[in-house]
This record gives sequence, C-alpha cells and structure tokens, in this order.
Amino acid sequence: MAAVTNHNNKPYEPLEYSTEEGSLRIFGFWLFLAADMVLFACLFATYLMYIHHTAGGPSSKELFEVKDFMIETVDLLVSSFTCGLATLEMRRGNKKATIAWLIVTLILGLVFIGFEVKEFTGMVQEGATLQTSAFLTSFFILVGTHGCHVSIGILWMLCIIAQLATRGINAQTARKVFIIGLYWHFLDVIWIFLFTAVYLTGLVL
Amino acid sequence: MKKIGLKLFAALTLLLVALTGCAADNQNVLNPQGPVARTQFHLIVWSFVLMAIVVLGVFIIFVVVLVKNGKKNNPNYDPEDDGNVKLEITWTVIPIIIVILLAIPTVKTTYDLEKPPKTAEAKTPMTIVVTSADWKWIFRYPEQNIETVNYVTIPADRPIKFELQAKGAMNSFWVPSLGGQAYTMPNMQMSLWLQADHPGDYIGRGANFTGKGFAHMQFNVIAKSDKDFNKWVQHVKSTAPRLTEEKYNEILKPGTVGRMTFSSTPKDDGADLDMSGMDMGGMHHGKH
Amino acid sequence: MENIKHFLGNFFVTGEPMIYMADVAIVLVSLGIIFVLTYFKKWKWLWKEWLTTVDAKKIGIMYIIAALLMLFRGGVDALLMRTQLALPNLHFLDSQHYNEIFTTHGTIMILFMAMPFIIGLFNIAVPLQIGARDVAFPFLNAVSFWLFFAGAMLFNLSFVIGGSPDAGWTSYTPLAGKELDPGVGENYYLLGLQIAGIGTLATGVNFFTTIIKMRAPGMSLMKMPMFTWSVLVTSVIIMFAFPVLTVALAMLTIDRLFDAHFFTVAAGGQPMQWANLFWIWGHPEVYIVILPAFGVFSEVIATFSRKKLFGYHAMVFSMVAISVLGFITWVHHFFTMGAGPGVNSFFSLSTMLIAIPTGVKVFNWLFTLNKGKIQFTTAMLWALAFIPNFLIGGLTGVMLAVAPADYQYHNSYFLISHFHYVLIGGTVFAAFAGLTYWWPKMFGHILNERLGKWAFWVFMISFNVCFLPMYLVGLLGMTRRMYTYPAGLGWTSLNLIETIGAFGMGLGFIIMVYNIYWSARYGERDTTGDPWDGRTLEWATTSPAPEYNFAHIPTIQQVDDFYYMKKEGRQKEISKAPYKPIHMPNNSGVPIIMAVFFFIGGFGLVFEWIWMGILGGIGVLACMLYRSFETHDHHYIPVDEIERTEREAGRFS
Repeated sequence: MAAVTNHNNKPYEPLEYSTEEGSLRIFGFWLFLAADMVLFACLFATYLMYIHHTAGGPSSKELFEVKDFMIETVDLLVSSFTCGLATLEMRRGNKKATIAWLIVTLILGLVFIGFEVKEFTGMVQEGATLQTSAFLTSFFILVGTHGCHVSIGILWMLCIIAQLATRGINAQTARKVFIIGLYWHFLDVIWIFLFTAVYLTGLVL
Repeated sequence: MKKIGLKLFAALTLLLVALTGCAADNQNVLNPQGPVARTQFHLIVWSFVLMAIVVLGVFIIFVVVLVKNGKKNNPNYDPEDDGNVKLEITWTVIPIIIVILLAIPTVKTTYDLEKPPKTAEAKTPMTIVVTSADWKWIFRYPEQNIETVNYVTIPADRPIKFELQAKGAMNSFWVPSLGGQAYTMPNMQMSLWLQADHPGDYIGRGANFTGKGFAHMQFNVIAKSDKDFNKWVQHVKSTAPRLTEEKYNEILKPGTVGRMTFSSTPKDDGADLDMSGMDMGGMHHGKH
Repeated sequence: MENIKHFLGNFFVTGEPMIYMADVAIVLVSLGIIFVLTYFKKWKWLWKEWLTTVDAKKIGIMYIIAALLMLFRGGVDALLMRTQLALPNLHFLDSQHYNEIFTTHGTIMILFMAMPFIIGLFNIAVPLQIGARDVAFPFLNAVSFWLFFAGAMLFNLSFVIGGSPDAGWTSYTPLAGKELDPGVGENYYLLGLQIAGIGTLATGVNFFTTIIKMRAPGMSLMKMPMFTWSVLVTSVIIMFAFPVLTVALAMLTIDRLFDAHFFTVAAGGQPMQWANLFWIWGHPEVYIVILPAFGVFSEVIATFSRKKLFGYHAMVFSMVAISVLGFITWVHHFFTMGAGPGVNSFFSLSTMLIAIPTGVKVFNWLFTLNKGKIQFTTAMLWALAFIPNFLIGGLTGVMLAVAPADYQYHNSYFLISHFHYVLIGGTVFAAFAGLTYWWPKMFGHILNERLGKWAFWVFMISFNVCFLPMYLVGLLGMTRRMYTYPAGLGWTSLNLIETIGAFGMGLGFIIMVYNIYWSARYGERDTTGDPWDGRTLEWATTSPAPEYNFAHIPTIQQVDDFYYMKKEGRQKEISKAPYKPIHMPNNSGVPIIMAVFFFIGGFGLVFEWIWMGILGGIGVLACMLYRSFETHDHHYIPVDEIERTEREAGRFS
C-alpha cells in the first residue's frame, strides 16, 4: 500500500487520517450517519404516532419484558465500550489487542441479536405479529431496522478482523477499524433513543 | 386598489371566456355563486393583482436590460460590476412587503372559512353527510332522513355543513361555483361549509384521483328556494323507494351508477370510521 | 399447461396493440444493438471504456444519455395523454391505460429524467470546476449511476411485464394499498424508486465530500463557481430528504408484501402518514432539481453577459435559505386534508417566504445582464427564457400558497400548469442550457447554433401554448388525472390548444435530437477547450478533458479566476511540464454487477418471489464483500503518458 503521506510540515494525525483517501472516507461516513439518522427519525416519528393504534391487539405494556431489554441495553453499551478499546489499541498499533477487542464486541453484538430474536419470537408466539396492528408493524420495523444494522455491523466486523489478521494495521485497515467504530457507536446512540422512546415510554404510557 | 384590480381581472376573464367559446358558468372559480366561493375569489384576485405587479415590473426590467445591453458594442459594458447594496436591499424588501400584503388576508380567511358563512337573516345551518365511494357520491340528509346519489339538493341562501367521509380511496369534494374543496377520507371526518346565493344547478366533481372510474365522478348541486326544497323533500318521501341495507351495499360496490333517490337512510350510516384500531383518548380530528 | 398459460397471460402485459408493437420494437432494438456490438467487435470496448468506468466525466455522459432516453419515454406518455384529451369523450386510451400512463409520465420525468439529467451535469462540471481529478468516491459514483439505471430499467419493465403502476406518481394510500390496487404495478414503482433512491443518496454524500474536501488550493467556499455552490446545497438537501423517501417506500412495500399496517385504516394505520412522508421528501425534491438549474443559469448568464455574476453572496445565501425553507413547506401539498387553520396558516406563510430569496435571485440575474455584452447563443436563449417562464410558474406558486385559494386550485389543471412552468421552465430549460453549454466539454464539438435556436423557439413557444391555457381550464373546474371529460363545459377548445402545444414540444425535441446527430457528424470541433471564452476552471483544460482533468492542479485567487488567469497569462501553468505521475482510481466491474443483483432482487420482490429477493440480496452482499477485500483499486498515470496527452492537445510546452 503506497500511502501518499506528507508528514513534513503537518501536525500529528492518526494513521486512519494519514492518507487523503482515509480522511475522505471518514468524512463521507459521517455524512452517511447523518442520513441514517434521518431514516431512523422517520421510523421513530411513525412509531410514536402509532403507539396507541393497537387495533384490539396487545399493547406495549403487555408485551415488553423489563429484564430482557435491560440486558440488551447493558450488553450494547458494554460492546460500544469494547469497540472504543479496539480503536484505542489500533491507534497504539497493537494488532492482537485490536482483534481481541473487536472479537469481544462482535460476541456482545451476537448476544444482543440473540436476545432480540428471542424477544421477537416470543411476541409472535403470543400472537403479536407484524400483521396485528399499526402499532406492532411500526414497532417491529423500527426495532428490526436497528437489529438489521447491528447484524450487518457484525458481518462487516468479521471482514475487518480477517483483513487485520492477514494485513496487519496499515492506513487502510486502520481507517476501516475507525469507521466500524463510528458505526457501532452510532447504533448505540440509536439504541438509547429506542430504549427511551420505545421501551421506557411503552411501560409508562 | 382592490376594486380596480377586481374589475380589471373580471374584464380579462370575460375576454378569455369569450375567446374560448362558452364556458359553463355553473362550474367556474371566477364566477362565484356563494359567499365561500366569493371570499376565495376575492383572495384570488388580490393575489393575482399583487403577482401582476411583480410580473409587470420584472418583464419591464427584463426587456429594458436586454434591449440596452444586447447591442454589439455596449457603451455601458462593465465586466467588474458585481453588486450594489442599495439595489439588493430594495429587491429584498419589496418581496417582503408583498408577502406581508398577501399573508394577512390569507391567515384571516383561513380562519374565517372554518365558520359558517354569514347570511342576511341568521338562518340555521343544515347538515349533509357526503360519502365518496368508488365511483359515486352518496349524500345523506340526516335532518330529512333521505338519501341521494350523484346529486344533492340544498336550500339556497342557507349555510350547509357538508360532513365528508370516504369508503375506499380518498377523494376530494369540490363545487367550484360554491367554494373550495376538502378531502373525503376513510379514517377521519371533515366538514366543509358551502352556501349558494340563489337557486341554480352547479356542477361538482371529485378532485382527488381514485382509480378507474374517477373521471366519471361528477355530481350536481341543485339549490332550491326554501319552499321548493321542502316540496322536493316531501316529494322524495312520498315517491322514492326505501334504501335497504342490501341496496346500500350494492351501491358501494366499485362501479359507476346514475342518479338515485331514496326516502330513507340505511342503518349503517355510511361512515367507514373504523376507529376501533385507535385508542384516541379524546383526540379530535378535522375542521370544526 | 393451463396454469402456465394463465401465468404467462398475467406475466406479460397483453391485450393492447400498442404494447405488442412495443414488445416487437424492444426485441428488435435489443437484437440490433447486440448485432452491431458483435459485428464491430465493440463488446470489449463497451465494457472497458464505459460499463466499468469510474470516471465522473463518462458517468455524467451515461447519466445524460439515460435521461434523454427517459425524456423520450416520458414525452411519448405525455403525447398519448394529450391525444386522449384533445377532444371530449375520446376512446383513444381506456381509463386503466390512461391511469398507467400519467403515473409513469410523472414518475419517469421527475425521478428518471430530471434527477439523472442534473446529476449528469454534476458529474461533468463539478470536479472540473473545483479543479479536482475526480469525485471523492469514484467507485461509489459508479454504483450510484448503475443503481439509478437498474431502478429505471426495473420501473420501465412494468410496461411489458406484469403491468404498470396506476396510482399516480404520488401513490397515495389507501388507493396504492394492496386492497385497492392488487397487481404488481405498484410494486414496480416502490422497488424501482427504492433502488434508484439509494443511488441518489450516495450521490449526495459523494458530491458534498468532493466539494468540501477536494477544491483546488486557494478556492475558498466563497470563491467557488455558482453551479458548484448549487450542487453543494443540493447535496445537503439530498442527504436529508432521500432517507425519508427510503422509509416511505419501504413502509408501503412492507404493507403490500407482508400485509403489514403502516397505512391500512382497519388496523390503526394512517393513510395521511404516507402523504406526510412522501411530501417531506417530495417538496425538498423539487428544490433538488431546481437549485442546480439556478446554478446552471448563473454560469450561463454570467458567461454570455461577459461579466461577473451580480450579488454573489446574496445568490449563495438565498440558495441556503431556500434549502432550509424547503423542508418546512410540505403540508401545502395537502391544505385540503384538514390539518386545521393554524397548521395551514403556518405552511402558507413558510411557502410564501420562499418567494423572497427566489425574488432576490431573479433580480440578481437581471442585473448580471445589465451592463453586460449579451451574446444570444442557444444556451443563453434557454437561460433568458427561463426568467419570464419561471417567474410565471413561481408566482402562481405563491398564489397556490394562499391556503383558502388553494382549496379552489388544488388538484386542478391550475396546479398542473404551475408545476410544469417551474419544472419545465426551470429544470428542463436548465438541462438544455447546460447540455448546450457543456456539450463541447463532453464531446469536443459544438452543437449547431442554428438548429439549436430552431429547437429553442419551437419548444419554448409550444410549451406556452400547451400550458398557459391549463391555468384557465383549471379555474373552470377541470381536475387532473381525468382520462376523459364531457363536452359542453367550456373545456374543449382549451384542451385542443394544449394538445397542439404538446406536439409542438415534441417537434422541438426532434429538432434537438437531429441537432445532436448533425453536430456529431459535421459540427464545429472545439480545439481550444474554451469555446465560450469561459470564466471557470472547466474551460481551462482540453475538450473533452483528459482522464486526469488537469496536468497540474491550478491555484485559485478569486471568483471566476480563469477569466483573470487568461488576462494575466497564468493559465499556461496548468499544462506546463515537467509533470508528476498522477494517482487515479481503477475501473471496476463491481458496480454494474451489483446493480444487476439489485435488479434481480427487485424484480423478485415485485412478483413477491421472496426467494429471488433474497438471492439478489446475497449477490449484493457478495459484491460488497469482494470490494471490501480489494486492495489494488488505483494506479498511477506515468509522466510520458501525460506528456503524450498534453502534446496531442497542443498544450505541451
């Protein structure tokens, strides 16, 4: 990888920003996250509109299990922390530790998805499906879209771990580790909103 | 200003109408036949006058600039001329003034139209429930307990509160001569105040696309004097058939039908307001 | 056997001679293309030079070719509609066919004609104008184009396979829901737009990054050409508006495919939520296609007035103001849906406010002309005609913003005329102006001025003949989307005039196409790279520009710096030896392959064959995976190749 870098008269910059390509992609990814935020905002707005449109089906109070979504929340928050550690180790050039923290993050992600699948199948068994009411349609799609994002993140992280393992830390892989970190923290932020707007609100209203 | 504009506009309209042959005068925004349409017409004229001033101004500047600077060797040529604070402030302020002049009557009228139109003598309003179905208009007269399809008879010079709802797709209830439209929707009832000055026959139309038979969703609003209206109601009561549930469901099936008249209303009130899906908790919808 | 017959009968659209003719034409044209490519051994050339290219200039050309094809298709739709409405009670088209045609006309013109046309101009002009070698993400740029293309092809396929959408380009629920509209037509609409929309979102990200990060040294934001500014603002709108469309389309798709209830009344859904989401995207979308048009006119008017743009700062701020206001006006599309007087008043005012920055822009253009040396070239004629035509469209827009008056205009031909005046008088005129203006930069020859002016006058006059009467016929109570109308309402003569105008516009388009053919063969070659004596950097390189755009990236000192470079003799530095190797991205076949998988998946979901949808999805993921592991995605252009290129252009010194 012929990184076209010029360190002569520039202040220190992290490896992932060291090439023009790297800094462009990180910038572009921030823009993508902004657009993704708008996407979630629409889903949230629709969910909040339909929160009481249960059409005789089960309501949020009857469906949400406090224990499960608390575990999901703690799990995802911790994974965001371990993902941050991975970025930190990447900056220090420590390949093994970076991979290790990414694997921990990935496992926590899988646990999260596991709980979500359990929650969804449980609901379906209780007869609360996508087809039951506008409330449940918007619930499944909102939470499911977040879950899809997490699943894609897991696949993506696998690719990055493989690349780190074979190529080591260079400008390109460093940029990838950094970007997946942004993505993962973003999903955590979305989950905080989900936790508040869907689960906590669902217990109160 | 407003008056002159009105006359100018009317003259212009007449000219255009004359040019285009005989426009029907019972379906014409520019020939209002009731207080609601007239209010809207005045607002249209006012906005048209304001816009005409802008058009005139810009067109004059446009032509002058082109004529002056379109010559081969323009003595005024100045390639570095790129701004003039005074001018720029001027043409920011002028649109602001125009917008204010337009915004005030707009907001006032928007609120006014929520209320029944004023009549000479305070007459009690009458309610008619309008249901758009695929592809016909059904009118129910709750006070008279009769029902008509694809035409509606109203007493002239009395405010009518049309309560709008839909079976199936959304439509829009529009009688240009009497006033602007409002949507008919399957999950929310809206009301629209209209009133006819004089007895007459006005054409109305569905304005929001509803599929195959949409183009045929034309109806007539027949305004009669109070006396004639009551006579008509009595006539319907004594001669028209009853509207049974079966007949009503048959009418609702997708398709077009002719005019119909019934001397009763079915149990099902024609509403599709299935609100069971919503725990609305006292939420109110619509324009009241 | 019966089953197969039944399936095929539903699968292929049958029963209309027009469609059989189209079937035959499509097969013949496809065979013809395959034959020509094979006979002249052009397959490899096509693949290497075009289908796998990541060069913004070539992608721009492909966008514009596709847009012109779609303009033809949408235009034929328009002529069919105008023929049907020429006289009352005609039976040229039946109701269903007419409904499909106005739906495809609207959808194609906005999303598959106007959008790719302006995005094509982005690709051609922006990297050159800011002195960049390409866009920030050339690979993603190719993905954007091929996703648009896949979406457009999927949408157009509905014409011959399965049936076209028929609920209008706004696709309001519940009419567009499964219950009232069971066939596959609506699915085509939803998935075609979804695929193209993802591509557009990527374009927004791409051009925003390009303009923010890749400007030539010295070019601060306030020294950028106005077209680049318009693209920057537009990119922001795209990034905030297109995700809303993505969500809306996905919701309706889920409703239709999986019987969910976002918009079904019986289970608590709200049809109005569709209208909300659609127009929260849809109104900014109008500005997405009009702001770049403003940018084009700013360039053309300044160039052919031979002076600086008047009120540069005001031009920028007014665009920013329009982009912000554009997000808070969406309810004016349904004042008549009973949002209440408070809401209607708010949205009336917010809509009227847009007239202020727009007015500022119009006056700035007028005063750019003032004290100029106006040259009436074809591009300039389009730009000049824009001012009065757009003014009429814009001001009737202000009239429509008056909520109580809108109750009388809503869904009538008054509205139809208004938005055609802004979209044709604004966007389409800009597309033609931009095409004529940048044509030499794209192809190295100039479009014939005589034919261009003929096309302009025929099209512009016919446009007014077609649409001016619509204001009146709307006030006489004619509503949009009627496939026929009765006699005796005073509509007949007006409709006949409109139809004559529509065919005139078709004639104008034919002259334009003939001009393209004629000029390609006999047109004047552009050997200087600067045929208009331009003011911005795209004219500082050869026509067409080399792959790397500029041998050296120029340093910028002020607005319109190229004009001053020429005065001061600085422009030679751009091509002066010695050269350094130039870093460029590699071509890639992944974008087109990925688009093919999107198409396969989309087609599967249209017919609700979930397995095929999943198959397409897996293919898309596989492409991404491949791309993720790719390392050698760039190369260096060696110095001797740059020397050769510059020498051929007569610039090597």
